[in-house]
Amino acid sequence: MSDLRDNVAGTDDVHKMTEAEAAHEVLPGYATTLGTMSGLHTTKRESFWSIVLPPLVAGVILLGIWYFVSYAILSESRRFLLKPPHEVARVGFFTWDNLSEMLTALWNTAQIAIIGLVIATLIGLGLAIIMSQSKLLERAIFPYMVILQSMPILAIVPLIGFWFGYDQTARVVVCVLIAVFPILVNSLFGLLSADQGMHDLFTLHNAGRWTRLRKLMFPAALPAIFTGLRISAGLAVIGAIVGDFLFGQGEVGIGQVIKLYAARLRGEELLAAVLLACMFGVVVFAAFGWIGNRVVGKWATQARA
Amino acid sequence: MTTTPTAEATTNVGTAALRFQNISMMFPDGTHAIDDVSFDVHPNEFITIVGPSGCGKSTLLKIASGLLGQSAGEVVIDRSRIGYVFQDATLLPWRTVRQNVELLTELHGFPKAERQTRAADAIELVGLAGFEDHYPNSLSGGMRMRASLARTLTLEPPVFLFDEPFGAVDEITRERLNEETLALFQRERFAGLFITHSISEAVFLSTKVLVMSARPGRLVAEYEIPFDYPRDPDLRFDPEFARISGEISHALRGAHS
Repeated sequence: MSDLRDNVAGTDDVHKMTEAEAAHEVLPGYATTLGTMSGLHTTKRESFWSIVLPPLVAGVILLGIWYFVSYAILSESRRFLLKPPHEVARVGFFTWDNLSEMLTALWNTAQIAIIGLVIATLIGLGLAIIMSQSKLLERAIFPYMVILQSMPILAIVPLIGFWFGYDQTARVVVCVLIAVFPILVNSLFGLLSADQGMHDLFTLHNAGRWTRLRKLMFPAALPAIFTGLRISAGLAVIGAIVGDFLFGQGEVGIGQVIKLYAARLRGEELLAAVLLACMFGVVVFAAFGWIGNRVVGKWATQARA
Repeated sequence: MTTTPTAEATTNVGTAALRFQNISMMFPDGTHAIDDVSFDVHPNEFITIVGPSGCGKSTLLKIASGLLGQSAGEVVIDRSRIGYVFQDATLLPWRTVRQNVELLTELHGFPKAERQTRAADAIELVGLAGFEDHYPNSLSGGMRMRASLARTLTLEPPVFLFDEPFGAVDEITRERLNEETLALFQRERFAGLFITHSISEAVFLSTKVLVMSARPGRLVAEYEIPFDYPRDPDLRFDPEFARISGEISHALRGAHS
């Protein structure tokens, strides 16, 4: 009979909560964001170095190892295998002719990655929505998506070339094939994630299929969709570069450029181009993380990573 | 043990807002959840069902609302504007308090101006004014429950079904929410059907408390609660309140075995 335990209810009029009382009920973590903006910034500033310092130190150590390998391990005659960082920077990044060549190629690759990602998103999200509407369709389509996902891309290179030629179109196809699965799976997972209570609520108030999708399932799926987008965006970049290796006709992408540098033993440019491609991948990944956070960060805790 | 027959011979059938007639529920897996339950809930009547866990109390609400179909018997209810307060607040996390409170009127196709007025009134009524633009993840359990109540209120439902709504909040908050629920009941005069484990909550809120047995759920006792409304929070310390609570507790113990 714990319910009958004595409780000293404070005021005589407890029917209405006062604003102050209600404010106490607000979770402590949110209180900071409710306060002044400076309060919020203070929290951020405190954690800034603890976030930035570890990777910075790790980066410096990495550069140290790089220098060590270049100068202490490799003899002078073999140093072309791994030029020291400042040489890579000088020849690769601070020689405009080289840099512009790489950037042009990278831009071309970026365009392919973007087109590939857009198509993969349309297909993935579209299929996920269709599959979310019917268990039958989900069961029918899903195995083929798994097969598509596990299919080694190299095995179907000849087929892609045969159907789409050996230029830009084929590269986009590779991109789409690689990028479509994560966006599909994450979107489907997200669409099916709204809890039963909310579905019951919509059922009670006679919500139709379209209303339920638009007002419940799709918003509930947004965090997962952005997770999928972020993964797919990274894969689209990889797809575009891989596609560039495999289908070299047409405009030159960063993959072609990397191949060329390797063939001509231009170590500085080769490393610079690889670094550039990595940086591009990171930027794309981060950009989608940021966009996702902007869209759903206010309400979805899991999107704040 | 005080056991009263549950047949509603005395009440006027025509005015019942919700009527269960010989309801039985057998789940496909063979679970016999509810066995021959009959009672009416009239406007201006607040009935609470107490019973052991898993006795089919929530199932009864699901049947009333149409979320579940009963195996036998008949339910009489107008489901066009049903009020259903869930165990969880079931707020949509991507909507602010205001947008959440507007959801049901939105689903029912109310014009925008009407939605806004109703939402503002309901938010005011549950004491959430000033928190309209907050997202649910920044609210406490009690405030989320208030938002959930406000959302239901916008429809001005003639029947209010409460499925153990305050089970997850702390005791002080629960008592406050009870008092607010009573205030709403006095104002709106709906037909209320409330499910809970808490005897004091049941006695404090209700005009009548029904005791349900362990599975298969059957109504085994019925208690008219004699206190007038408005009820003072201190009613909980009244000897008569304690006496009734004790009786119900005994009935509940009997229902467990």
